Amino acid sequence: MPHSTADLAVVGAGPAGLAAAVTAADLGLSVTLLDAGARPGGQYYRQPAPGLGAERPQALHHDWRAFADLTRRLEAHRRRGGITYLPHHHVWAVLPSGDTGSWTVHTRADRAAEAPAPAGAAAEATGPGGETEAPAPVIARAVLLATGSYERQLPFPGWTLPGVVGAGGAQAMLKAGLVLPGRRIVVAGSGPLLLAVAASLSAAGARVPAVVEASGYGGYAAHTAALARNPAKLVEGARYGSALVRHHTRLLTRHAVVEAHGTDRVEAVTVARLDRDWRPVPGTARRIPCDAVAVGHGLVPELSLATGLGCATRTAADGTVALALTDDLRTSVPGVWSAGETGGIGGAQLALVEGALAAHAIAGAARAAGPGARTAPAAPAASGSAASAAPESLRRARARLRAFADAMGAAHRPGEGWTEWLADSADVCRCEEVTAGEIREAVTDLGARDARTVKLLTRAGMGWCQGRMCGPALAALCGVPPAPDRRPLACPVPLRRLAALPADPS
Amino acid sequence: MTTPRDLVGGAPRTTYTLTFDDRELPAQEGQSVAAVLWSAGIVSWRTTRNGAAPRGVFCGIGQCYDCLVTVNGRPNQRACMVQARPGDAVTTQEGTGRAALDR
Repeated sequence: MPHSTADLAVVGAGPAGLAAAVTAADLGLSVTLLDAGARPGGQYYRQPAPGLGAERPQALHHDWRAFADLTRRLEAHRRRGGITYLPHHHVWAVLPSGDTGSWTVHTRADRAAEAPAPAGAAAEATGPGGETEAPAPVIARAVLLATGSYERQLPFPGWTLPGVVGAGGAQAMLKAGLVLPGRRIVVAGSGPLLLAVAASLSAAGARVPAVVEASGYGGYAAHTAALARNPAKLVEGARYGSALVRHHTRLLTRHAVVEAHGTDRVEAVTVARLDRDWRPVPGTARRIPCDAVAVGHGLVPELSLATGLGCATRTAADGTVALALTDDLRTSVPGVWSAGETGGIGGAQLALVEGALAAHAIAGAARAAGPGARTAPAAPAASGSAASAAPESLRRARARLRAFADAMGAAHRPGEGWTEWLADSADVCRCEEVTAGEIREAVTDLGARDARTVKLLTRAGMGWCQGRMCGPALAALCGVPPAPDRRPLACPVPLRRLAALPADPS
Repeated sequence: MTTPRDLVGGAPRTTYTLTFDDRELPAQEGQSVAAVLWSAGIVSWRTTRNGAAPRGVFCGIGQCYDCLVTVNGRPNQRACMVQARPGDAVTTQEGTGRAALDR
């Protein structure tokens, strides 16, 4: 099979991957940057397609300048040949290249998602993204996983109704397609993203009657040192707070949406007060009419590729499974680095810092590996962004931002009582339509002790999304902490692609 | 009333139409199939295999596969990821979208 080679393969072109790719190229490494999306930026810097002709895409973004700087540097390196940028390339596995010490990165291309379909393509049997070609694998000496995160969802009765969407999903649809799911949108769940989403939806013309936050912001008070070291974060929070006031949005802390009502789409939600453990307080329910709900309970690191390689994990302050990383962003697998949300949810600014820091470490390791490694640094493009700072100041910034992320993660970590709002009749696994009652039966009557056993008994977590949406809920219903992802294929792959792989010599 | 377009300004390079079941819907160049449907106030375009429950976009970023739809006869396309094109025939997907295989 033909392939291309690089010193470094970066998986994911969000803030961490972009910062890593341009910094590594600045330092003289040949880089291949692979990304499932059509344009660089990931979810955070998601932007309207050029065809939409948006004059001010930055109106939907925070810190657009840093992103503009990164894309300019990406383009400069791409023209010089230092970075091979492969959009529309969804990486489904990273495997050792025999015993060479290098890595083979397998992808599928989702060309049809953007390019006009060739005549007759409609009749072709293809993958869910419309794969029309089999791209060559990329061989690289080192791999940096910057696969980001997806939203943590805690189900409630009615969460499968049309119009109930992820908070990040509503944000992504607005940023990319300039659309809203409804006119009157309740924003609910937990975490700082809710305030940003409420501000964006309001600015775009939606009425947001309430932001329903399960935590109390008092949780931050326990971490005054981390707050004091991050004044910019406090300013950001205050700006979102004043946006809520301006748009007459009520912030209901220690509350949750405990049910969504409607038949063909959501028409209202029931909101209830929560105790300190996120248990609904009887007698506090009230109804809020709406035509959409944007819900999310923080983010979950996307680790399918990393755990497939055997990278060690840890439980982060927010309760999610994150990668265990060294101070220079190495995973436990030699030759594999990771930056950004994969090492614990921390936001775009931290991801930019970690991407750059990882690139310095990878370049240093390549130099230490001696002959064969490329060592001539290209002249770094002048830049004022964090991602072009020296390693020592990057390390300091990382420590400061990680401390803040941990404080925030702890403040919004779901309390154990939330499953009390999950009636037996509610679907938990959206793909396979498995209810909370069926899962509880598997646990209490059939003896399941973990999500994997529940899956084998009920099919929960076995569908298209491979447990990404129901995973945290399954673990909670089993009474165990979430286990690391086990998804040998990070996205659906046509069987013919697997059949075409060379036989494993072992 | 403010719209997302007011926020970012500009205008689409081209506009065109596509069909959803029997309706003709306006579309702007660069929008996903899901964005075109949301613009028309449509939030569901699939029914589930077991309960025949209506579904549409949930995660919005291609991870949850809840927004599957049939485009030009091809089922199981993620509406949030697939770019809409002029003249596309988008149809509600029932169950697996492959009822023809059962006949």
